[in-house]
Amino acid sequence: MIELEDLTKRYGDKLAVDGLSFTVRPGTVTGFLGPNGAGKSTTMRMVLGLDAPTRGDVRIEGKHYGELQEPLHSIGALLEAKGVHGGRRAYDHLLCMAQSNGIPERRVGEVLEMVGLHDVARKRPKGFSLGMGQRLGIAAALLGDPRILMFDEPVNGLDPEGIHWIRTLMQQLAREGRTVFVSSHLMSEMAQTAEHLVVIGQGRLLADTSMSQFIAENSRTHVRVRTPEPERMLDVLVEAGLRPATAADGALEVDGSEAPRIGELAAANQVVLHELSTQRASLEEAFMRLTAQSVEYHAYAPGDVQAAVPGGPPGPPAGTAAPPQGGQAPPGGQAPPAWGENWRKGRRG
Amino acid sequence: MSHTTRVLKSEWTKVRSVRSTVWTLATALVVSVGLGALICGVTASTFGDMSTQDRLTFDATYTSFAGMGLGQLAMIAFGVLIVSAEYSTGMIRNSLAAVPQRGTFLWCKVLIAGTLVLVVGMVTSFCAFFLGQALLGSHGVGIGDPGVLRAVVGGGLYMALIAMFAVGITFVLRSPLLAFAILMPFFFLISNILGNVEATKKVGQYLPDQAGTTVMAVVPETLDRPYGPWEGLLIMVAWTVAALVAGFVVLKKRDA
Repeated sequence: MIELEDLTKRYGDKLAVDGLSFTVRPGTVTGFLGPNGAGKSTTMRMVLGLDAPTRGDVRIEGKHYGELQEPLHSIGALLEAKGVHGGRRAYDHLLCMAQSNGIPERRVGEVLEMVGLHDVARKRPKGFSLGMGQRLGIAAALLGDPRILMFDEPVNGLDPEGIHWIRTLMQQLAREGRTVFVSSHLMSEMAQTAEHLVVIGQGRLLADTSMSQFIAENSRTHVRVRTPEPERMLDVLVEAGLRPATAADGALEVDGSEAPRIGELAAANQVVLHELSTQRASLEEAFMRLTAQSVEYHAYAPGDVQAAVPGGPPGPPAGTAAPPQGGQAPPGGQAPPAWGENWRKGRRG
Repeated sequence: MSHTTRVLKSEWTKVRSVRSTVWTLATALVVSVGLGALICGVTASTFGDMSTQDRLTFDATYTSFAGMGLGQLAMIAFGVLIVSAEYSTGMIRNSLAAVPQRGTFLWCKVLIAGTLVLVVGMVTSFCAFFLGQALLGSHGVGIGDPGVLRAVVGGGLYMALIAMFAVGITFVLRSPLLAFAILMPFFFLISNILGNVEATKKVGQYLPDQAGTTVMAVVPETLDRPYGPWEGLLIMVAWTVAALVAGFVVLKKRDA
């Protein structure tokens, strides 16, 4: 278990990590998600006691990292593909780490076997591919057979086979009851591996939720309607109690998945339809929506959806930002930018 | 087995498993002994051309250490690389994740590196001395002559200390480029100028290498310092300890 409490790191006047509080629990893979520069790596370095927090606290099984006499038995980490002396043979790299924590030498051979590097054990990592470097880093993390594993962007630069291998490995480690904490900036990657999700943006906690709940709350489905008579169709939909919005290309969008009902409404009112389809927003979109306000550098795209009727915008997805004590998302400002936000801005302008 | 013993073992594995260790230390030995021998050979053949004054104050022991001025640069390179490689490769994060007790980490590294450079330094010093004296022939001195053994042992200590001074400084600077750019020209040129030019000599002679070399001279006139040979070495020890403590403070305080 890793517990973060109000963890904060300030560089100059920039807050890299801003009051993070959450707990990473054993038995599941916890995904640590955020755009580049969100503070994921800084957080992980603070977990390992490499960077000192400006404020707050982080504990490994109830202890500060510095209190762990031989920490590799408690927590193994892959921080970055580098972190290995290019001129020191893979075997020796693992051996010096093992020796410092009193891990028997035969374990070095075991982990090399485990990650599939036994053939290059006597080679210098200078010539290793990115994937081999990742495997060597993972071997080092596994050395002490630790209860907690932490991987920073482990699939970066891996080929599909390597990605599959890492996913399987992480899930297997979690099944064995270990705590697995893995960072990524790719939602699609996390959706396939993690059961629990911690999302941060600009150092702040945006969501701490189970993956299934995140999917349920964030994969917005809507029905897309295209018709040569959009005004009439709008009236029909509003009369039926629905809340349509007009997309940039003139099509209508209705939250929910009531395509059959909308088709029947159109038929009853003799409106010609050119398109009637159910659209499911991808998790990647949900993630981008959640972090949109907190992305440090992003290409600005003007809002492509504008609500057409003053009946009120479609409901925003349920807030997923969990305050430190748990419970409901704070109202207003803190909530992630919701669908229909642009409409509100438009109204005010 | 105690925690410290384990970290020592680990640091020993680190030192012996990179090629730069052998290269730098072998270079230090070969250059010091080789250049010293060359200069002793030349001196022996031109001894007759020297002035009476020079002959009277001729320091055969110090002459056989003439190669150390250059050889010490390889010792410094060893000291810089053993520390800066941790930072330039990112290995430091793995090292400190494995040994979060930063004091233990640093002093174990210092102890392993220190022992190694002391052994190599002593071998270098004794080889340089015996080979040099053999080449000087009748102008040479014996190890049993007054002050000679002290100078030869001092030469070994000097080589070890200069490497450990570099270790301390590199723990402060972290970057190999920065450490080399500062230490190499300083010990090759700048300190020699500061220590020998009249205007700056008063202060310059207290620089680590200028003070440390005093222990290698048997004839006092060779260097003309206001302090004795052991005092000179002690000044160098103080510099080295200060550099290591500074390195320790930086390692302790700064994010890795």
